[in-house]
Amino acid sequence: MAAASSLRATPLNSRHRALGAKLVDFGGWEMPIQYSGIIEEHQTVRRAVGLFDVSHMGEIEIRGAEAGQLADFVATNYARKLKIGQAHYSGLLYSHGGFVDDILVHKVAEDHYFLCVNASNQEKDFAHICEMNHFDAQAELVSERYVQLAIQGPKGPATLQKLTSVDLSKIRYYWFTDGVVAGAPARIAHTGYTGEDGFEIYIAPEEAERIWNAVIEAGAEFGIKPCGLGARNTLRLEAGMALYGHEIDASISPLEAGLDWILKFDKGDFVGREALMRLKASGIKRQLLGFEMCGRGIARDGYEVYIGGAPAGWVTSGSPSPTLNKNIGMCYLPAGCAQTGLAIQIMIRNQPVDAVTVETPFYKRAK
Amino acid sequence: MYPENFRYTKEHEWVRVEGDIGTIGITDHAQQELGDIVYADLPKPGTSVAQGATAGSVESVKAVSDIYAPVSGQVTEINPVLADAPEKLNEDPHGEAWLMKIKLSAPAEIGKLLSAAEYQKYIEAEK
Repeated sequence: MAAASSLRATPLNSRHRALGAKLVDFGGWEMPIQYSGIIEEHQTVRRAVGLFDVSHMGEIEIRGAEAGQLADFVATNYARKLKIGQAHYSGLLYSHGGFVDDILVHKVAEDHYFLCVNASNQEKDFAHICEMNHFDAQAELVSERYVQLAIQGPKGPATLQKLTSVDLSKIRYYWFTDGVVAGAPARIAHTGYTGEDGFEIYIAPEEAERIWNAVIEAGAEFGIKPCGLGARNTLRLEAGMALYGHEIDASISPLEAGLDWILKFDKGDFVGREALMRLKASGIKRQLLGFEMCGRGIARDGYEVYIGGAPAGWVTSGSPSPTLNKNIGMCYLPAGCAQTGLAIQIMIRNQPVDAVTVETPFYKRAK
Repeated sequence: MYPENFRYTKEHEWVRVEGDIGTIGITDHAQQELGDIVYADLPKPGTSVAQGATAGSVESVKAVSDIYAPVSGQVTEINPVLADAPEKLNEDPHGEAWLMKIKLSAPAEIGKLLSAAEYQKYIEAEK
């Protein structure tokens, strides 16, 4: 907890300290891991509404006459097919087909795309996009201009609605609009990383503290709580969402991670396409699967997975699930045996503990 | 906060000695650092443990942390409350949520442990 000076901090750092957050080094950023407790924060998002500072996330803008061509060349999903005001999940790949990062692409205008990328990958992503840019388009790393807040939970929309004249019910899931929140310009996106309803807003850093406080006040009647990255992780895991550095990284293909749906082979060439086509033809060797612990114990990132007494794969994420009251996780297993209902063993400190593969997502909200 | 009649380790365990039995647990500082505790893995009664060696583990939502025996001896009892209510470790780590009792084989080891004041000073310096 010392040596805070070497860590990057968001404009809300002093707010988190004042709230008694436990701050940790998260990929070089000093971020709140929890305030009142991970389980309580997790339940608050599932039942009411939670507020997250996710300003460590990076933003990259792509502009120019061929902005769409550049976006479609570096990212796997079909950016030019987006309508203005629409967003989607996508992958930035190396030419060998592994992940540079996973990202959200927002189409602001025909000649303007807005990318939300992972904190610790942003410089790498930006360099990669610039390297691949042989189009009439410019990429710019603009993370310093934005604070990102996530207002997540069934009462998320009602909380944010009190602070804006934009009719939030008109913004469909994975759409966004530029509007005003608490008197300040904001990009308001109906997106999230919790498996719950809610919005993510992008605002100016100098407005961050004022808007944070306004959201807390607006959500008070619903029991809003500030939530840290600990709850963000358990929420996304229950929702079966990938986290860079865990389910995906440079050595993992989207085909192995079950992300075929973000690969649009019919849109023309893109970085990694050839490698993906080859892998598709030869067949994947390993596949991402969800599991539940049967025996006592919690699987953690990096633990070995055994099948019938032989090593078969590894755990990418594991945690207690506060919603399901079970210990859950995700792991890579040989593609040949990848099926649900399979008995596996997780090596927890040299002891095999029984688990079984299950469908993901582990949790799906009632619509 | 830290009872005067306990002795403490730098790994954030405490021990309270009565006769030849030491009751051990984790400190309030340890539970705060761990966050929501969801599981305590404790040795079976009869297991021999050595001072400073791993004698179990405590898991929170985020992480797993080893428990080091503050004293050597044989485990005589583990706290039955923790199997169903590990969250007690967050609520009452110095009381109801003790971890195990150990029959001391080398009572002189107590002298190597920290007093409440020394432990308090140690965790202040760690911050």
